[in-house]
Amino acid sequence: MAQAKPKIRGRVTFNEDICKGCGLCVQACPVNIITLDNSKINAKGYHPATVTDMDKCIACASCALMCPDVVITVERL
Amino acid sequence: MTIVFQKTRGLTDVETHYCPGCTHGIVHRLVAEALEELGVLDMAIGVAPVGCAVLAYKYFNCDMHEAAHGRAPAVATGIKRVRPENFVFTYQGDGDLASIGTAEIVHAAHRGEKISTIFINNAIYGMTGGQMAPTTLVGQKATTAPYGRDEAHCGKPIRISEMLATIDGAKFVERVTVTSPAHVRKAKKAIKECFKVQIEGKGFGIVEVLSTCPTNWGLTPTEALKWLEDNMIPYYPLGNFKRPEEVE
Amino acid sequence: MAKVLMKGNEAIGAAAIEAGCRYFFGYPITPQSELPEYMARELPKVGGVFLQAESEIAAINMVYGAAGAGARVMTSSSSPGISLKQEGISYIAGAELPCLIVNIMRGGPGLGSILPSQTDYFQATRGGGNGDYRLVVLAPSNVQELVDLVIEGFDIADQYRNPVMILGDGMIGQMMEPVELRKPKQRELPPKDWATDGTKDKRKPNIINSLYLAAEELEAHNQRLQEKYKKIMENEVKVESYNIEDADVVIAAYGTISRIAKTAISQLEKEGYKVGLIRPITLWPYPYDEFEKINDKCKGILTVEMNTGQMVDDVKIAVKGKFPVYFHGRTGGMVPTPDEIIDKVKKIYGGEI
Repeated sequence: MAQAKPKIRGRVTFNEDICKGCGLCVQACPVNIITLDNSKINAKGYHPATVTDMDKCIACASCALMCPDVVITVERL
Repeated sequence: MTIVFQKTRGLTDVETHYCPGCTHGIVHRLVAEALEELGVLDMAIGVAPVGCAVLAYKYFNCDMHEAAHGRAPAVATGIKRVRPENFVFTYQGDGDLASIGTAEIVHAAHRGEKISTIFINNAIYGMTGGQMAPTTLVGQKATTAPYGRDEAHCGKPIRISEMLATIDGAKFVERVTVTSPAHVRKAKKAIKECFKVQIEGKGFGIVEVLSTCPTNWGLTPTEALKWLEDNMIPYYPLGNFKRPEEVE
Repeated sequence: MAKVLMKGNEAIGAAAIEAGCRYFFGYPITPQSELPEYMARELPKVGGVFLQAESEIAAINMVYGAAGAGARVMTSSSSPGISLKQEGISYIAGAELPCLIVNIMRGGPGLGSILPSQTDYFQATRGGGNGDYRLVVLAPSNVQELVDLVIEGFDIADQYRNPVMILGDGMIGQMMEPVELRKPKQRELPPKDWATDGTKDKRKPNIINSLYLAAEELEAHNQRLQEKYKKIMENEVKVESYNIEDADVVIAAYGTISRIAKTAISQLEKEGYKVGLIRPITLWPYPYDEFEKINDKCKGILTVEMNTGQMVDDVKIAVKGKFPVYFHGRTGGMVPTPDEIIDKVKKIYGGEI
């Protein structure tokens, strides 16, 4: 079996307290791993964005580019 | 492990007052990143407008002036004439720049004032609650155009970039948007190129950013991005209208 | 320096340059255009910048920017142009920036005329712009005093971080008199550590602003402004008075009209009348206390102006009902004559009015 090409892996950190739950990052994520966490309400009163499956993150920073509130930090592992 | 994206020191830690999904936040960040990356943050003096960005002086981590409605280019002129070695920019909305401040922006451009302007066009007055702007599209509803903008009654929306591009003193004019990561990258490139025009002493530069106002458009933030692409871009085409090589 | 013969408008420019002003933003309007013309010619010679703005509104906002950036800066205009500048003046006062604004007054209201007048007394002393603010208003009566007040005006502006207005009429702008550029009294001027010149990564950002959205903050800001205005009232009143301890009638007049009043007073003295003069040099802060020195036997105060009686209110405030206050004024570019004033004084003497 051929070895799969090593995939770029990333990690995103959300500063959930300042998220306004606008969802622009959700739409921007090419691997569809961001969602608004309906079980949580942050200090501002919004459902903050969160990542469901960090293993799939490719560190593309699309979410951070679209975030109007500079909530997101992106690292390449 | 490398950091691919983190907050620029061009922004303060103050949380913005903007509504959820308002693209002002994206553009603030791009301006702040450009200031930092071009090495001019510590010598920058910004001028905030009246409108939604009225509090921009709290968000940019550099010296700031808060100007009267529409007067930012005149205020910036005063600053730049006193401090030609500093980097001077204005950040203005469409009511501010394209309505009450048309004389100031046209003449700052005409003089070739060595300042840079970021122009937010979201086709509406946001801060005052969704009134018709000079940039409101024909047929678009606003609180002072409840039946939609009627061309016979108040004309067509004004195209600022096309107008300013006709002025010799304006050396850089580009219209961008921030509706996708790709557009955000292009917008930042334009802002940096615009800023370089000032840094190199070539003259006036402006970047018009088509932006959203989900609150006053009555749409969700993601719906607003689509509405902008479907309705604003056809009337306000994206692209560069002018850069220094072309005029020299 | 030897005395030189200068036209009032040009003398303002020479005095401003002497005071270290290197930035002038203006817009043409009669009867003050010799001043921007002078600055356009002279400022480049001393490394300064003259810029003709697209409007008075733009000019005053350029002043706002330049003053915030730490420069000694000025603008000038005449009545309708000063009306247009009110927005910027209010912002400058609110943001506490020093600058000099010259108003060479002409007739009003509206487009009025280009002839001399004093019809902007209310606008200058009561604030033509919005909000609780004050301008220091200086009203010279001759060209030497004009240059002295321009030079000192910049220092007053810097000391208190407040806009200062020179309020002259068309006559003083156009008349030629010998002048000498003199140093004003030494003042301790605070450093402009609030100015925007880039943080250079050594300090927090400086912000030039008049917006305070929180009620408590705006109230505190206004209280601070009022404390500053109180200090100005205590320290900066300027007034000339003549024979008020003995006069039967006291004339109150400012600017060039005070000179006509003086001519009338000397004529009246020759005829045996005892007439005094109070000439406010600062219209704000107003020299209210000077009126306390008027003798108790005084029959009344005659205010003489080139308007319909705008200073009368201040005179009434000053005399607190102790003396009747009369008025004589001409408008439209008509100038009160000594004979008119003499006639009015005699009527007050005779109890005819």
